[in-house]
Amino acid sequence: MSMPQVFFAYLAGMITVLSLLVVTRKNPVHSVLWMLVMFLHIAALYLSLNAEFLAAIQIIVYAGAILVLFLFVIMLLNLRKEETEKRFQNQWPFSVGVGVVLAIFSVSIVGKITVIAPLGQYTVEAVRSEGSVMTIGKVLYTDFLLPFEIASLLLLVAIVGAVVLAKRRLE
Amino acid sequence: MVPLNWYIVLSAIVFSIGVFGFLSRRNLIIIFMSIELMLNSVNISLVAFSHYLQSMRGQMLVFFVITVAAAEAAIGLAILIAFYRNKPTVKVDEINLLKG
Amino acid sequence: MDLIQFIMTLIVIGVFLLHVAFVQYFERKALGHMQSRLGPMRVGWHGLLQPIADSVKLLFKEDIMPANADKPIFYLAPIIGVVAAITSLAVIPIWPGFSIANLNIGILFILALSSVGAYSIVLAGWASNSKYSFLGGLRSSAQVISYEIAMGLSLVGVMMLAGSANLTDIVNAQSKSWFILYQPVACLIFVLSALAETNRVPFDLTEAESELVAGYATEYSGFRWALFFMAEYAGMFVMSALGAVCFLGGWNGPDFGIFANVPKIIWFLLKVYGCIFTYFWLRATLPRYRYDQLMNLGWKIFIPLSLANIVVTGLVRVLWKG
Repeated sequence: MSMPQVFFAYLAGMITVLSLLVVTRKNPVHSVLWMLVMFLHIAALYLSLNAEFLAAIQIIVYAGAILVLFLFVIMLLNLRKEETEKRFQNQWPFSVGVGVVLAIFSVSIVGKITVIAPLGQYTVEAVRSEGSVMTIGKVLYTDFLLPFEIASLLLLVAIVGAVVLAKRRLE
Repeated sequence: MVPLNWYIVLSAIVFSIGVFGFLSRRNLIIIFMSIELMLNSVNISLVAFSHYLQSMRGQMLVFFVITVAAAEAAIGLAILIAFYRNKPTVKVDEINLLKG
Repeated sequence: MDLIQFIMTLIVIGVFLLHVAFVQYFERKALGHMQSRLGPMRVGWHGLLQPIADSVKLLFKEDIMPANADKPIFYLAPIIGVVAAITSLAVIPIWPGFSIANLNIGILFILALSSVGAYSIVLAGWASNSKYSFLGGLRSSAQVISYEIAMGLSLVGVMMLAGSANLTDIVNAQSKSWFILYQPVACLIFVLSALAETNRVPFDLTEAESELVAGYATEYSGFRWALFFMAEYAGMFVMSALGAVCFLGGWNGPDFGIFANVPKIIWFLLKVYGCIFTYFWLRATLPRYRYDQLMNLGWKIFIPLSLANIVVTGLVRVLWKG
């Protein structure tokens, strides 16, 4: 195996193991911690795919905002007794079956596909010469301007919704 | 060079793990985290496609997926806290106030 | 080339760790003189060897572990903080043409690592299994989430002026005049958010000694406590360096007369230590904020103000550059 393949194999193995840890740990704080490590590995995977900006965003938004929010809620609700109760629902063998079947099914399909599509203009060299941030910025504010505006509206709605839901009483 | 299929296979496996977590856990917070796991697995495949097809669309989609994930986490956790005030539990099988 | 890079990295980290030990001496001296005291005087000339004595003492202290603490997380928490703070140093341009890693996403890299560093305090508070630590951790997580947004937004104005997120490009863009002249509002927001990010007075609610004993660090002793201490001072250095690079022109200095021969790194260090001195000055001057005031300040004043700053900067740039 070549060097990039070894690197990918390490990252892929770690991501798989870590995501298994996330869904199986009894203590939610441990789950959050494993998820943090997994996000760092995914960011490294993005770096190997030449997406620096997304790697930074992955850590800033996912690790720095979303996951801290999870941790904050876990701590706020103080789920200490969590550790003594059973972690899985009664139908968990069924979920294992669904997961395994889904994995086998999708892996056997996507493992064989070959993607035939016209190549775009953003080659590795083109992106590197301009920088990942600038390239993304240009595409975002030209071809994807409408989705960008819609995303901002979505965030506004989320802010209002979160405040309304979490407020104790609306005066 | 790493073949594109490897990334897609990784993405499929992580997605399946997310589905397993979503269906089996009792803790609502871990269920939310399983959703984030699934979104992340999709992001991996999108970035991989974006790189191999030399297009920016995949990365743009990831950008929007992260936005939606942030909104979803905020709203989901707000609902969780609002619910916790009425019934202090985060176990999905104990959240059965609407049962007839 | 790689070997030289490696050796330079080691030197930077070594000097940096020494700095962390001595900046604490600097702080005690500065605070002492501001309060009409002398500060440490006993060990060495004017107490110069005090940091070494302190670190030896901390190394040999008993390592106490509270009962029912979450062992792995308790051990891990201080390490996360130190690693995040020291890694941020990699992208800071120290003198012309040198930064350990010249990344295109320099500012984002520092923001990302500072958000990882926040975990150290939150997890320490949770793992200690003590009420004071827990309250400190909760306060810190809310505080850091809020102020990180304001800090990131205040740096967007700088990125817009320089046209790049690369810290070296930002320094080069300030060869004529410093960005603090164009971005005074952003600079003010950045300084205050950096105070909140590093949990310093007047925003030191996470370790407020008169309310929470020592906040998140209550249960830590010996070398683990020293690691938190290092993380705090390393974080202060990184924030000061980021402020110096983004608003005070980095290693740019006056270019005439005898000043032209001064090595550029001197200007950089002068600015950084000026910023660090400001930290101490504020600590000696200001009382602590109340928690609800802190949250109001972050969400209702800083974030709208920094957003407005971005809009104004963008408008001015478009209208002037045509």
